[in-house]
Formats: sequence, structure tokens, C-alpha cells
Amino acid sequence: MVENNRWGNFFAHVILILGVAIVVFPVYVAIIASTHPPGTFVRGVMPLWPGTHAWENYTTAITEGRSRAGTPPIGGMMWNSFIMAMAITIGKLSISILSAFAIVYFRFPFRIFFFWIIFLTLMLPVEVRIVPTFQVVADFGMLNSFAGLSIPLIASATATFLFRQFFMTVPEELMEAARVDGAGPMKFFKDILLPLSITNIAALFVIMFIYGWNQYLWPLLITTDPDYYTIVMGIQRMVTGGDSEPLWHLVMATVVLAALPPVLVILFMQRLFVKGLTETEK
Amino acid sequence: MQTKRMTFSSKWLPYALLAPQVIITLIFFIWPSFQALRQSVYRQGDAFGIRPPRFVWFENFQALFADPLYLNSLQVTAVFAIGTTLLSMSVALLFAVMVNRMIRSRDSYTTFLVWPYAIAPAIAGVLWWFIFNPSIGILPYMLDMVGYDWNHRRDGNDAMIMVIIAAAWRQISYNFLFFLAGLAAIPHSLIEAAAIDGAGRFKRFWTIVFPLLSPITFFLLVINIVYAMFDTFGVIHATTEGGPSQATNILVYKVYRDGFVNLNIGSSAAQSVVLMSIVIILTVIQFRYIERRVNY
Repeated sequence: MVENNRWGNFFAHVILILGVAIVVFPVYVAIIASTHPPGTFVRGVMPLWPGTHAWENYTTAITEGRSRAGTPPIGGMMWNSFIMAMAITIGKLSISILSAFAIVYFRFPFRIFFFWIIFLTLMLPVEVRIVPTFQVVADFGMLNSFAGLSIPLIASATATFLFRQFFMTVPEELMEAARVDGAGPMKFFKDILLPLSITNIAALFVIMFIYGWNQYLWPLLITTDPDYYTIVMGIQRMVTGGDSEPLWHLVMATVVLAALPPVLVILFMQRLFVKGLTETEK
Repeated sequence: MQTKRMTFSSKWLPYALLAPQVIITLIFFIWPSFQALRQSVYRQGDAFGIRPPRFVWFENFQALFADPLYLNSLQVTAVFAIGTTLLSMSVALLFAVMVNRMIRSRDSYTTFLVWPYAIAPAIAGVLWWFIFNPSIGILPYMLDMVGYDWNHRRDGNDAMIMVIIAAAWRQISYNFLFFLAGLAAIPHSLIEAAAIDGAGRFKRFWTIVFPLLSPITFFLLVINIVYAMFDTFGVIHATTEGGPSQATNILVYKVYRDGFVNLNIGSSAAQSVVLMSIVIILTVIQFRYIERRVNY
């Protein structure tokens, strides 16, 4: 820094510590609330110190849920979320890397046309075509299935663009060498391109896993069978399902469990996450 | 658009490679959007086929823009999008400027500030809804001590403030990362030169740092507006459900309600078309900006 201002630095630390406290606060409150017995939320303001019922609340949430209000146990919903997130992530990555390979390494009629079709997906998020997309999925008989939860979401323009950009930076000589050695396109793809792309794949994997896990509107539309509820949408059922006040201790235990996998992914793969985030949006 | 100088030759392989992506796009993106366009100019028939769907030109759109509820929803969306964007971007910029001064603690602060991005908008909504709960929440309790009677179930403004905070909270991480990257890219020599010329800290920020950040700021502005308009369905649906009395009924929530709960397909399709045009405009703005930056 230009001048070293001790008070300025002190002031910056104060702001940041306050900032971090505010950012962390909602999750702290959720964790605290999930350790209290149900009675706590009937009287007065909620406590700020941990209670004694953590074990009970979490085991109830994971194994029973709120069965009377039609919400299945959290364990099953987390499993569904995991399957959906993995299917979306792997699906997006594989179809995007294949299309980018075709667009960069081949010259063929209608190449630009296909590129534009893929580009259009950027402009058509689910939110702007809710009803007709639902009708298509219903016509295919894909309601209440993992195929319906994942396949309509796996087209990805951003991943295709990212792979395309990366392939353009791969030296030409690699391909020439491969051709001289008699390698066909798929062998070149498998043995040279794929290993080179591994960091990009990993970075996108982190971003897309979070995207997939956090899907809300789509599972809400196409699952009516509680066996296919995902955890993020299941929380809404727990909050509104039933006439009384939500059972806050269970809701908050569920919130903590629902947020845990993507938060862990970010914390343990922060470098890849930052890379994926800053590169996909450029 | 370029390929490699030397390419593989195959008549069918590139089509096979593109097929999965293109087929999914056609079936689940292009076709439904086309349907929405078509439905938006029809009045739907009844369920028994006695009265077939009828082509009505732009009547659905006329009805939409004459509907006070829709106009209200447009206004609510504007307030919500602007509020969320300003709140999350200004807080993120403040954090980024502060963290950028740090050397040893830089990484630990970053770790503490990035993880809320992992939390789904719906969950963020439920978290803040709990904190703001009028009977047991901690914030209404504190507000009560200073004499403010918080109740987002009755008061539309309270509800709006709550959903803006919930939506902005999770987006701070995202903006923070981009601002921090932008700040790190500013050459130190510029700032030192200004300091030698006698510019103070604030003057340096407003005349050098902030203008150099403007491309990133503009990019984030577009991204945040898109986020607030289209990705925040969960925040509304899991908490206020558009209420009280339409105060938080944003466009994406209304299109869902009208299509799935009120089963008004024509109006919902017309709303979809309006939303599509908004996304297209925003995407074009975003991409034009990127082209300009690449051509520097």
C-alpha cells in the first residue's frame, strides 16, 4: 500500500469482521435453532445459544421428517437431490464438451447454425417458458422421474462456450502430430483433449453441482410424488404444509442439511470454484 | 467463427457429436418457447373441445397491459431488482476494497465471504424469514426496542425489505469475488503516482480505482438484474408467496401463479413472451459489452 495507515487498517478490520458476522449470522441462527426443543419457539424471542436437542432433532428430521404433513424424511430427499445434481452436472459436462469438440475441430455445413441454436438456450431460462416446458415433459411421461428432473436442464451454452474457448488455445501441433501418427478424431479427443481439459472440467463441475443441487422451480413443477422430492423444494413443503406455525426446530435442521453439501463443496474446492465462476460468466 | 486451421474430416461424426445437445435444446428449449409464442396469440378453448382455441392477435397482451395487477407486478419487480442489485453490489464493493488492503488475512476473509453463494435462493429466503419472524424472530425483537413494529405479514414495505435482503445476501459473495479480481488487476503504479501528486485515499478511490472498475461494475449490474428478475423465484415462493396484497408479486412468480394455479394459459404465455424479450435484451447488452472489451 502507498502509505501504511495503522488506524485505516484497524478500521478496515472492524468493518470486515462486522461484515463477516452479518453474512454468517443467518446460518448461525439456523444452526442454533436446530438444537432446541420445539417448545422454545412457542414462547418469546428465539435463543442465541445452543440448546440440548441437536441429536434428537437431526435424527427425527433425517429418518421421519414431517410425515403427517406429507413431507418425506430428509434422508431420502437428500439422496434425490444428490442424484439430480450429479445427473445434471455429468450430463451438462458431457454433452457440452462433445459439442465444443465438433464445433472447433470439424468444418461441416450448418456449423454456425448449430452454434446459434446452442447460444439461444442462454436467452430461454425455465422461468420464462414454464407452462409449455411442463407440457412437453408431461407429454413424454417424464413427470416424477429422475430423467424429468435432470434431462431438460442439461443443455448448456456457457459450458459449451468455455470448452470452445479452451480448445481454441490448444496448440495446433498437437492435432497435427496426432494425425501424422494416424489417430482418428475420437482417439485424439479421448487421449489428448480430455486429459488437457481436466482442470476446466473440474472447475465447471463445482459450479454445476451447486447449480443442480439448488434447483427449485423445476422440481417443484414436475414432482408430485414425495418419493421424488428434492430437499431444497421440500423445505417449502415443510414451511407451508400444515395449518400451524412451522415446526422451526425441524425446518432449521433441514435447512442446515440442505445447505451443507454445496457449502462444503465451495469450502474445499474454493480455488476451482473461483476459477469456474469467473470463467463461465465471461 | 473460427475452427482450427487443420480439421478432421468426417461426414457424420460432427453431427453425432452435436446431436445430444441440439436435440435437448430443440425439445426442451426451442419448442416450448415457440409454444409460448403461439399460445400468447390464442384464447384457449375449454377442456371439452366444444369451444376451440381462437386466434385473437394481441388481445392477450392488451389485456395484460391493461391489468392493474400486472402493472403492479412490473413495478414491484423493478423495485425488487434495483434494491437487490444496489444492496448486494455496494456491500460487495465495500468488502472487496477492504479485503484488497489486507495481505495476510486476505484469504481467510475471502473464505468467510464466498460460501453464501452455495445457498439456494429458496433457503436464503427461509433463513431471513425466520430471522424476521414477527413473533419469535430476533430482528423484530430488536426493532421493537427502537419502537418499530415489524410485520411483513401485514406491511408490504416490510415484506419487500425482507425479500430484498434475502436475495441480496447470497449474491454478495458473487459480486465480491468479481470486484476483488478487478481491484487486484489495477496497476499499483497508477495509485502510487496519484499518491505522490497528493491525492488522498478517498480521492484516489473515486478518481482512479472506481473508473477503472467500471467495466466490471457494468457487467455485474447486468448479471445482478438478471439474477434478481429470474433466479429469485424461490425467495418469493418459499416465504411471502407474493403477498401481502401483491406487494412482493414479482413477474416470474406471477407467471407461475397464473399458469399453474389460476390456469390462465393465454395470459401466462403472454407474460412468458414479455419475460423472454427482457432476457433477450439483457443478454444482447451483456454480449455487446463483452465484445467491446475484447477489442480494446
